Amino acid sequence: MRIGIDVGGTNTDAVLMDGLDVLGWRKTPTTPDVGSGIMTVLRELLAATKVSAGEIKAVMIGTTHFTNAIVERRRLVEVAAVRLGLPATRSLPPLTDWPSDLAAAVGRHRYMLRGGNEFDGREIAPLDERGLREAAQDIKRKNVTAAAISSVFSPVTAEMEQRAASILAEEVPGIRLSLSHEIGRIGFLERENATIMNACLVDLAFAVVSSFRRALEELKIEAPFFISQNDGTLMAPQHVERYPVLTFASGPTNSMRGAALLAGLKEAMVVDIGGTTSDVGMLMHGFPREAAVSVDIGGVRTNFRMPDVLAIGLGGGSLVRDEGARIGPDSVGYELTKRALVFGGDELTTTDIVVAAGLEDIGDRSRVKHLSKGVIKTALETIHRMADTAVDRMKTSAAPLPVILVGGGAILVSEKLPSASEVVRPPHSSVANAIGAAVAQVGGEVDRVFAVEGSSRDAVLDIAKREAAERAVAAGAERSSVKIVDVEDVPLAYLPGNATRIRVKAVGDLLIQ
Amino acid sequence: MWRITEQDLKDLAVGAAFLGTGGGGDPYIGRLMVQAALDAGKSVTILDPSEVADDALVIPTAMMGAPTVLVEKIPSGEEAVASLRKLEAHLGRKAFATMPIECGGINSTIPLVVGALTGLPVVDADGMGRAFPELQMETFSVLGVRSSPMVVTNEYGDNALIEARDDKFVEWLSRGVTIRMGGAAYIAEYAMSGVDVKRTAVPNTISLGVKIGRCLREAKKNHKNPIETLLEMLPETLYSYGRVIWRGKVVDVRRETKMGWALGYAKIEGVDEWRGTMEIQIQNENLIARVDGKVRAIVPDLICIMEAETAEPITTEYLRYGQRVVVVSVAVPPIMRTPEALEVFGPKGFRIDEPYTPIEQLA
Repeated sequence: MRIGIDVGGTNTDAVLMDGLDVLGWRKTPTTPDVGSGIMTVLRELLAATKVSAGEIKAVMIGTTHFTNAIVERRRLVEVAAVRLGLPATRSLPPLTDWPSDLAAAVGRHRYMLRGGNEFDGREIAPLDERGLREAAQDIKRKNVTAAAISSVFSPVTAEMEQRAASILAEEVPGIRLSLSHEIGRIGFLERENATIMNACLVDLAFAVVSSFRRALEELKIEAPFFISQNDGTLMAPQHVERYPVLTFASGPTNSMRGAALLAGLKEAMVVDIGGTTSDVGMLMHGFPREAAVSVDIGGVRTNFRMPDVLAIGLGGGSLVRDEGARIGPDSVGYELTKRALVFGGDELTTTDIVVAAGLEDIGDRSRVKHLSKGVIKTALETIHRMADTAVDRMKTSAAPLPVILVGGGAILVSEKLPSASEVVRPPHSSVANAIGAAVAQVGGEVDRVFAVEGSSRDAVLDIAKREAAERAVAAGAERSSVKIVDVEDVPLAYLPGNATRIRVKAVGDLLIQ
Repeated sequence: MWRITEQDLKDLAVGAAFLGTGGGGDPYIGRLMVQAALDAGKSVTILDPSEVADDALVIPTAMMGAPTVLVEKIPSGEEAVASLRKLEAHLGRKAFATMPIECGGINSTIPLVVGALTGLPVVDADGMGRAFPELQMETFSVLGVRSSPMVVTNEYGDNALIEARDDKFVEWLSRGVTIRMGGAAYIAEYAMSGVDVKRTAVPNTISLGVKIGRCLREAKKNHKNPIETLLEMLPETLYSYGRVIWRGKVVDVRRETKMGWALGYAKIEGVDEWRGTMEIQIQNENLIARVDGKVRAIVPDLICIMEAETAEPITTEYLRYGQRVVVVSVAVPPIMRTPEALEVFGPKGFRIDEPYTPIEQLA
């Protein structure tokens, strides 16, 4: 049996699963120390399901804690931002385009040194080892305890970052190092930004991971625990201590993966309808499709692997106007139970419409009796059209796919959607997040520029696939279960050798024991 | 004469993406470089071509190579300046100003970096009037200004001075040097007099980029339709005519690289009164738009794909199935439509077997 836990900003949810069956779940408020909230929810869950701690084989935790720390600029340590790339890159030093409060929070300790590689692996310059040792002395003097090392084109060849890491570790014993090639992809500033953010979170990562550990020890759960990362795969705790930034956006990913499991579908669209917005995403091979564009976190541009989610202004609290022809984007939000007509308020919301239509029986039905059939019909049509357009927009081909509806606002959609082959409403969808964490797998990824000329495209893809699979195994996947789930190749203009950027992702089941 | 502000830079990044017609590279890095210079107390002065004396020397500057390399291997910042200085030394004359060779994409910003670092003013004009993939695709070249002597420089200050028999061969040689330099390098070329600037350049294209960005931003702020507002604004500029040529949803996108070109197409299924499917052929930039085999817009007129709701210009690499888009075509100025110009960067320049028909006549 496994336990999935979702530590959100408001609630901590836990779900107990046997294989793919949900045996029970609980929700409690999130506590500032994280750990005691986890203990409470686990105690209740084990008591309710009458399962003993010894029967638990693995615990998977999803958390938004690290994202929130960046957004709120809380508990961040100062970072030495070490860049290898001179004489290139000098024009835009580390922390360029950062909000000044966040740049101040991580200190402005910038070290730019000779080094880095070209797109084809040639060196821009040999690593400036002497300069790096001098920087190390300065870092020591300033008592900076974390460093982010970013080298140009390190996703093509990581050697220089690794060499620099061993020098820094030697010169500054105990320094916590974050290497850019392990964190991001091509796009230097975005990757460097993510690496610096990672480095500033390492102390918090140690604290959070040990509070998870203590909570489990307290409850005598001896099973290994894992933390989910933003692509829906798992990381071991010691990996999270080094790479907390990889947990960013694991929330929407887990929610979509949970929906997939609940519905028993791997290729589907997921519509998560909340109070104010609906998030629409696409599952491919059971994983959310990732966004291609850069994303801002706490005001900093990054290029994380984020699920591609379209948010539209349609939720259970969305305001209905123009005789039902216009819905949202404004909503009464969490005040639904005060301000909606059926709850005694004076705002016409989408929830009032479904009650008036006789589709749901929530609140005081008599308060929406006066709504005309025309308004109800128009509003329902508008709701379905909005959901359908969003689904259709997020699909990657014209073929119809099933749509999985989750979230508290799922009651809004009662009819078929033209772009969907079917509409599925699974049970337990309010804890889809924790379920997504519980069923997470282990992954490995390759994202590099390859020269395809002189070799066949298939041969190069094979190399990339093998590498991704090996990475998944190294991360803890059971070898026989490893599958390639995503292949993308983007040819690059103006470069010789048919240079092609290839991304391959492999995943496998977690090897337990 | 005017000075670039932080807001101008942001507007220019949007306008330059529009003028990039799908290509030209993301101006983000260039914008940050100029912004860094402004933050350091430097300034950039923009000159109208009419403010350049006839005998003044103007040396245009640019980035050459793969935008994908640029986003990873950020420039030192000195490369384009070094190219300009080297060309000055070779010519034995100091430049009075610099100028863009390409107002679409990243190259709208490189001369501003040079202007900020050297104090040289930047002439509000360029030689492409949009983005094009090769260096000979310039009104400068069409009207007899030569691209060489040209200097290509990398982050070390390593440089190559290229002099060749024609502008196409300059492109060929410098492309090779650029690859040796890591796939992105910085150039100074098409050195010319003030007389030639006025005779051969597409005027006011930096201010056009700023205007386009500002127009879209203000329309959104005032809850007006940004694309309509933009089309209403165009007659104030040399790009006097533009219209929506399609509305719909992207249903297919293909991309591949051949001979260093990013080739491909996008298919856009029409909505409402736009019946059928538009196919846009891409060669780094959007070159030709057809519906049922019938041409609806063709290079060098601009073909811009914009996000239907936000009116953001969409570059080729971000085109995806499902996007709701509006396709806008804009007439380029007469200087870009002469038979000689069309020979170089009309359909023939891209080996497209279609005659050029101005967008005004394709309605």
